[in-house]
Amino acid sequence: MMFKISPENWAFLIEFAWLCAKAAGLLGFVSLSVMFLIWWERKVSAHIQSRLGPMRVGWHGCLQTIADTIKLLLKENIVAKDTDKVSFWLAPLVSFVAAFLPFAAIPFAKNLVVQDFGLGLLYIFAVSSLGVIGVFMAGWGSGNKYSLLGAMRASAQIISYEIPLVLSVLSIVMLTGSLNMTKIVEAQGQVWFAFSQPIAFLIYFISALAETNRAPFDISEAESELVAGFHTEYSGMKFSMFFLAEYTNMFVVSAIAATLFLGGWQGPFLPGIFWFLAKVYFLIFLMMWIRWTFPRFRVDQLMNFAWKFLVPLAFLNILATALFLVLKK
Amino acid sequence: MLVNTYSCVLLFLAASTVFVLASFVTSWVLRPHKPSPQKLSTYECGEPTKGTSFIQYNVRYYLFALAFVIFDVEAVFLLPWAVVCKDFGLFGFIEAVVFIFILLAGLVYAWKKKVLEWL
Repeated sequence: MMFKISPENWAFLIEFAWLCAKAAGLLGFVSLSVMFLIWWERKVSAHIQSRLGPMRVGWHGCLQTIADTIKLLLKENIVAKDTDKVSFWLAPLVSFVAAFLPFAAIPFAKNLVVQDFGLGLLYIFAVSSLGVIGVFMAGWGSGNKYSLLGAMRASAQIISYEIPLVLSVLSIVMLTGSLNMTKIVEAQGQVWFAFSQPIAFLIYFISALAETNRAPFDISEAESELVAGFHTEYSGMKFSMFFLAEYTNMFVVSAIAATLFLGGWQGPFLPGIFWFLAKVYFLIFLMMWIRWTFPRFRVDQLMNFAWKFLVPLAFLNILATALFLVLKK
Repeated sequence: MLVNTYSCVLLFLAASTVFVLASFVTSWVLRPHKPSPQKLSTYECGEPTKGTSFIQYNVRYYLFALAFVIFDVEAVFLLPWAVVCKDFGLFGFIEAVVFIFILLAGLVYAWKKKVLEWL
C-alpha cells in the first residue's frame, strides 16, 4: 500500500526542511564566527601586550584556530575516576545548547530572523540564562575542589548579574511597548536607545560582561587561584564545547546589545546584515579590549557592585523612564 | 504551517544537540585511548587529593540565590507592566512606583541585615 502525501503535509515537510536548513546554517555560522573570534582575541591580546601572537599557521596565524580544532579533535578523552559521569558528560552539551538557542529570535537584518517571536526578548533571556546550569553541572560533576569552588562562584555571580541585566532592558521595553525584537529595532529609526537610555546601556553592558564570565568578572575561572575553575578536569572535544559556548555567548549578548541599544540592522547605504555584524563585532572587540586592560575584581567587590550599585541604579532608571513617559503624555 | 510558532525552539534544541553529539562521535573515532591511574586521578597541583569535594558550603550562596529568586520573579511581574506602561497614564505609574518601592524596601532590609555582605 502506498502512503500518499497530501498537499498540507507537503507544505509542512517543506517548512520543516527549510527550518532545518536555517538551523544548520546558523550552526555553521556560529562555528566559523567562533573560530574567527578566538584567533582575533589572541591577536588583540598580543598587540595590547606588545607581542605578535600566533604567526606561523597561515597569514598572521589566521589558520591557527583550525589547527587547534584538529588537535582538540584528536586529543584523548580523560574522565577522572572521581567524576560524576552523567553531569560530567551532559555539562558541555547544556552549555552549548543554552548558548545557541537564542539565535532563533535574533534579527540579523530586516526579515532575516528564524522566527520573529512576539515575546522574543523574554525568550532570549529565558533560554540564555540556562547556561549557568551547564557551568554548575561541570563543576559539580568534575569531583574536583577547584572546579566546585569555581562553579559555586560562577553561579552566584551569574544569577546576581541577571537582575540588573533584565531590569536595564525593562526601560527599553517601556519605551517601545513591545517585546518583539523587530519592533524594538524599528523604534530606533530616529535615535538609538544607547543615546536616549545611556544608563540602561551601561548597566546592560557591564552585566553582560559578568554573565559571560569575561574579565574583569572572571573570578569563576581565575587562573592564578582556581587553575581553570569549572573546566579544570575537561579535555579534548568536551573542553572545546565550553570554549565554543563562551564565544557564542559573547556573540549573543553583543547581538542583543546591538539590537536593543545600537539600532540593530539600521544604517545608511550598506545592507542591513553588514551593519548588524559590524555593530556586533565592534562590541565583541570592546569586550576583548576591556578583558586585556583591566585587572580582575575581588569576589566581594563583585557581589557588592551588583547588589548595592547596579540593582538600585536600574530601579531608579526604570522609575525615571516611567516618569518621563507619564509627563510626556 | 508548523503546529506552533515556538515549535522551532524544539528544532533548534535538537539541531544543537545533534551538532554536539556529532563532534563527540567524530572525536571518539579519531582519538587515542590509553588511560593510566595517574591520568585518571583528580587534578590538585600534583598532590594526591585529600577527602572528597562534596563538602558543606557557606550559607551566603543560598542567601544570594534566595535574593535572586525574589528579584527575578519581580522582574517577571514588571515585564507586562512595562509593555503597556505607555498608555497606562498616571494611575499605572503610581501603582508601579508603590510596587517597586515595596521591593526596594526589601532590598534595603536585606542590606541592613547584612545578607548582601560577602565576607
